[in-house]
Amino acid sequence: MPRFVVDVMLKPEIHDPQGEAIAGACRRLGFGQVAGVRQGKRFEIELTEPASAERIGELAAELLANPVIEEFTVHPG
Amino acid sequence: MTARIGVVTFPGSLDDRDARRAVRRAGAEPVELWHDDASLHGVDGVVLPGGFSYGDYLRCGAIARFAPVMRQIIEAAGRGLPVLGICNGFQILCEAHLLPGALARNAGLHFVTRDVTIRIENDTSAWTRQYRAGQHIRVVLKSGEGAYMADPQTLASIEANGQVLARYASGNPNGSQRDIAGVISEAGNVAGLMPHPEHAIDELTGPSADGIGFFASVLQAVAIR
Repeated sequence: MPRFVVDVMLKPEIHDPQGEAIAGACRRLGFGQVAGVRQGKRFEIELTEPASAERIGELAAELLANPVIEEFTVHPG
Repeated sequence: MTARIGVVTFPGSLDDRDARRAVRRAGAEPVELWHDDASLHGVDGVVLPGGFSYGDYLRCGAIARFAPVMRQIIEAAGRGLPVLGICNGFQILCEAHLLPGALARNAGLHFVTRDVTIRIENDTSAWTRQYRAGQHIRVVLKSGEGAYMADPQTLASIEANGQVLARYASGNPNGSQRDIAGVISEAGNVAGLMPHPEHAIDELTGPSADGIGFFASVLQAVAIR
């Protein structure tokens, strides 16, 4: 079955308070070398028939990501 | 004729009842709209209430934006229909690109529930014409993803166009850029506000009765439209 993976991340300039909280938890666990964490989302998309990466990119821009604050990458699954 | 103001209920809406109560208190007739409605039933304005539409899955407002009733609202908003999104409704309007910017997770991560003072910046919109610019009003804030974000060009243009509707005036509760609590569309008919005016229409149950002005404003706007 054709698959794509779409990764969505907050744009670098957008504050990620969840990532900061996770980084703090890492350091409290003893991972003192953790300088920063950014949290994102991963979508695994299964298709009934092949589609182009461009087409999946349209889906990502329309629904999976909010381009005002997020950016995305599309990879074949 | 009494103005008819629709209040949309999505699965997961919470504040539709209070919004209808505020509409009635202002002297209009509230009309219940359902997320699956294919018609707006001839209403003169629409309120998208607060809550957690579709469980806030994916992003707040991201699924609600594609509800059948939203297709009607987007089209009618383009023709000048007054639309007010409160809290989750504001998030839906941003997701639908009817308003600039986006709402992100609160800077402090906490869900913030408190009374806030906001300053009305634009007193000419369909939803704020009963206030005066610079007026401070006391309303309720209750949101976890209320940090207003936009890129620098968008911020500059909404400031220049007078599209900042209101700003937090008792400290910035959530990391919103430029203390922005609400914005309005370029045409002035679509408004989004993070705090809840519909919970502040009665001193017995809210922090003030200041919020009624949003609903009284739209009555006036509808009468002259």
